[in-house]
Amino acid sequence: MTTVAATAVSPVRRLLPWLRPQRARLLLAALLGALAIGSGVGLLATSAWLISRASQQPPVLELQVAIVAVRAFGIGRGVFRYAERLVSHDAALRSLSALRLAVYDRLAIVAPAGVPAYRRGDLLERMVRDVDTTQDLPLRVLLPYASGAVVAAASVVLAWWLLPAAGVVLLVSLLVAAILVPWLTARAAAGGEAATAQARGRQQADTLTLLDGVADLVAAGAGRQWLDRLARDEQDRMSLARRSAWASGLAAALGVLLSGGAAVAMLIVAVPAVRAGTLPGVELAVLVLLPLATYESVFAMPAAALALGRVRGAAARVVAVLDTPDPLGDDRPGTTAVPAGDTPDPGGAARTTAGDVAGSPPALRIRDLSAAWPTGPQVLDGLSLDAPPGSRVAVVGPSGAGKSTLLAVLAKFLPYQGSITLDGVELRELSGDDVRRRIGWCPQSPHVFDTSVAENVRLARPGCSDDEVRAVLDAVGLGPWLDELPGGIDTAVGDHGAQLSGGQRQRLGIARVLLAGHPLVLLDEPTEHLDENTAELVAAELLRALAGRTVLWVAHRPHGLQAMDTKVTLA
Amino acid sequence: MTTVSVGEAAAAASDRRGGPVDRRLLRVSRGARTLLVGAVVVAALTAVLVVVQAFALADAITGAFQHGADLAVLRPTLTLLAAVVVGRAVLAWVADVLAQRAASRTSGELRAALMEHVVRLGPAWLSGERRAQVATLATRGVDSIEPYVARYLPQLVVAVVVPLVVSVAILTQDLLAAVIVALTVPLIPLFMVLIGLYTRNATDRQWRALSLLSGHFLDVVAGLPTLKAFGRAKVQAQRMAEVDARYRRATMGVLRVSFLSSLVLELLASLSVAVVAVSIGLRLLDGDLDLRTGLVVLILAPEVYLPIRMVGAQFHAAADGVSAAADVFTVLETVAPGSGARVDRPTGPIALQQVSVTYPGRVVVALPATSLNLTAGRITALVGPSGCGKSTLLAVLLGFLGPTSGQVLVGGVPLSELDPDPWRRHVAWVGQDPVLLGPTVADDVRLGQPDASDEQVAQALLAAGLDPVDLPSGLGTPVGDLASDVSAGQRRRVALARAVLRRAGVVLLDEPTAALDDVSEAAVLRAVRTLADDGAAVLVVAHRPALLNLADDVVELAAVEVLSS
Repeated sequence: MTTVAATAVSPVRRLLPWLRPQRARLLLAALLGALAIGSGVGLLATSAWLISRASQQPPVLELQVAIVAVRAFGIGRGVFRYAERLVSHDAALRSLSALRLAVYDRLAIVAPAGVPAYRRGDLLERMVRDVDTTQDLPLRVLLPYASGAVVAAASVVLAWWLLPAAGVVLLVSLLVAAILVPWLTARAAAGGEAATAQARGRQQADTLTLLDGVADLVAAGAGRQWLDRLARDEQDRMSLARRSAWASGLAAALGVLLSGGAAVAMLIVAVPAVRAGTLPGVELAVLVLLPLATYESVFAMPAAALALGRVRGAAARVVAVLDTPDPLGDDRPGTTAVPAGDTPDPGGAARTTAGDVAGSPPALRIRDLSAAWPTGPQVLDGLSLDAPPGSRVAVVGPSGAGKSTLLAVLAKFLPYQGSITLDGVELRELSGDDVRRRIGWCPQSPHVFDTSVAENVRLARPGCSDDEVRAVLDAVGLGPWLDELPGGIDTAVGDHGAQLSGGQRQRLGIARVLLAGHPLVLLDEPTEHLDENTAELVAAELLRALAGRTVLWVAHRPHGLQAMDTKVTLA
Repeated sequence: MTTVSVGEAAAAASDRRGGPVDRRLLRVSRGARTLLVGAVVVAALTAVLVVVQAFALADAITGAFQHGADLAVLRPTLTLLAAVVVGRAVLAWVADVLAQRAASRTSGELRAALMEHVVRLGPAWLSGERRAQVATLATRGVDSIEPYVARYLPQLVVAVVVPLVVSVAILTQDLLAAVIVALTVPLIPLFMVLIGLYTRNATDRQWRALSLLSGHFLDVVAGLPTLKAFGRAKVQAQRMAEVDARYRRATMGVLRVSFLSSLVLELLASLSVAVVAVSIGLRLLDGDLDLRTGLVVLILAPEVYLPIRMVGAQFHAAADGVSAAADVFTVLETVAPGSGARVDRPTGPIALQQVSVTYPGRVVVALPATSLNLTAGRITALVGPSGCGKSTLLAVLLGFLGPTSGQVLVGGVPLSELDPDPWRRHVAWVGQDPVLLGPTVADDVRLGQPDASDEQVAQALLAAGLDPVDLPSGLGTPVGDLASDVSAGQRRRVALARAVLRRAGVVLLDEPTAALDDVSEAAVLRAVRTLADDGAAVLVVAHRPALLNLADDVVELAAVEVLSS
């Protein structure tokens, strides 16, 4: 345990709080692991004594205990190992669950604006994999180290008890193997690692670029050009790997050298002791074979060190997520301010009857608004806009003008400078949840969960009937598509909605907003994936379904915009 | 030794596909073949040294214990022992260096073969989900083959060679012990297979249960913005904890069964050593055996089982690699669409005659039967509702896809008879969402025309409606990956500049003005007209009226039909 604490850097240590509740299970697993390795050592040591003693031909009764012990150790190793695995995996899975929840809780506050991973799917996937990787910390790092250390210590005590000098020999050799050898190999490998990581990174980037652009590449007849480029990357990486291979072989060689060397050293201290009468001859074989058996626990250390390296990288990225500052700084529980107009207006638009979405269409007023994504450039600069209750406002502008950013700000995912008021209350003063109860946001590419179409829509208003779900899906023009699905609205849409086209995905997102009944709705290019005619139809239908609500419609194309009350152009 | 979990199941699962070593790996990779030969030599030498070491240790112990020898008498034995230890260390070092180098070489060879074949299979094959799968396979997947080659393969060799040599050495010393070993060693693979068969379902379920756990987490995390938008984030946290607990209990139930195989391995290995030790002890007691022989056999017996146990421990390191290698070979065995061999370019108009496309296994027709002609100097617009096959038609013209029926004639010669590479050099294509490969804008415009000067590149960009001055760092603006400072509309114009620079005879444009503002649209329209006036046959997929007005001919695609099945 101590060796780990000394070598582990802080991100790994930050994972320990999730292991602490599993302390009892982990201790039991470490004990069982020590018993498993210890059985192996005991098997060889007892056998050595048994054979040596038997050669003196004592009465058979004197050997009975040793014979039973040899058989018990023979059975013990497998049984203890089996038990250790079950206990350790149970503990690891439990602490992993807790860590997942902690990551989720933090993400629930800072996502999506605070987390760069939300800009790219593969980064998100890696983050999830990193969380999974942390279970290697107990399974492949802490427990092998802990049980190995216990067995090594027990062996040293045994050797010392038989012959103090032998105990010292074993202790020194084990310390060198556990501390000096890893340090030496790490030093030998250090020079190459940075260069190798860099070469690997360049190769990965080029590989991914080629795959992303394969159509452009093949169409331009430039496939060979890029394959040659990849081949050069590969050559660089391989020549670096060739150079660093000798260092990694060092660890294996030193391990063999130390375990064999310890046996020789044992003979050198024990043989004179036998002649001097300080060590009974029957115990000589025990002392000489003890290092060979004990080193089996040390040979697991390089694998544990490798696992620690992997865990360290993953832990750093997981901890970075846990430490992500809240970009808004106001989503702490308890700061919920109730806006003036939040009580349902009995005489207002009666469509908004959803359980937790409420209110009549608010008056939205934006003055001198500036905003940016964290670490990104300023995309909105000094925007002013008025959306009276029930009005339809079009926001147009070329790509990159900040249209999506404006919507993220209004959904309270991003901080801003300037002023945004809902019925006179500054958005900044409202909690994110309160804002999103009144403002429905429909992103360009909404997430589709791995469940049925119905459940994907129903999350907007849990408990609503199948008919209501079907009605909103019809309203966004997904009716014909549903009719073709084998299970209608109960059809599973597969991994992340893989079976949906971009347009279908987006209309599913609009259906959610329709069902939730938000009094103010933000639509991000709702007709982007559609052709001219379909786009006109969908736009008209959408506006009909959204009658009575305030609509902010972002687009770079004109469909549906003639029905708008106001048009704001972003530069 | 090492705790085995997820990997064991995967290894067991993929192991069933063939023997312990994927023969295809040896066929493709010279690195792996060289390694296997080297590993056999090193393992045989190591085994000999293990035997010599056992004899030297037994000699030293019996010398001091039974004959009262001192260090001076034992000096030759101790010297031999030290030499053997050094020799084993050197062999361990050689084995590791050999394995590491072979591993890095093998992964390099596999990645090169994979990427080469992927480019050959082309974009029609590499679409949708498959692109992400291949990306993972080409990076993390192929990397995970390294531990498989570096650790698992050599260990497999050691597990065959060392037990064999050591068993023979035991046989020369003690027949009974040799019989015990000879009976138990074959039991290990036998039991592993039996248990493997018995737990097959369990290991499959374990693999599924664990991937379900992390799959569910990914789904929820990816959907968090959506959950937040509807105020469901907190409720979902509670549900997640429940789902996690349920999956965990199921997983533990499965693990109890799937860990049985290693239980049997350990039990057999250590019980046989115990049986050998006790039998030696009893025969020593009767005076049927001498101590030296007993010690030699006791020291050698565990050495028979150790390499076999280590194979089990390396399962984990190897598991990902085994399945990644299998995935790579699945891709490599995918047959690339056949292509013609004519390298010359027939002159004359291009004609599509009743060309239709239906993807294998789909009921919906991707492109209904269509006929059209492309002539030099004319702009043909392709219109039709969403999803009617306009992009598919372009893919057919590029040779990415073969038509299911009908044919494409180039100057009267079927396109299928032409070698696709020279043909594509003659065709320029700007997709709906072009990808810039970079590293800079200039490099990207030069794609397929690597010798063009900076001035030519700048002129091509201007002609495509993009003034290099408008880019953050001019021609040197970095593109590709995350570092993109280039907007979607600019990307499309950069891709158009490629077509301008190459002066291709056939230009295919897929909605070149989507997502562009009016000014940029006008610039692109001018560029398209110029391409045609310079003698190119232009086919443009169009939604917007401005593009339609530009066209000399308009071809309307019919709505898709659903095949009755």
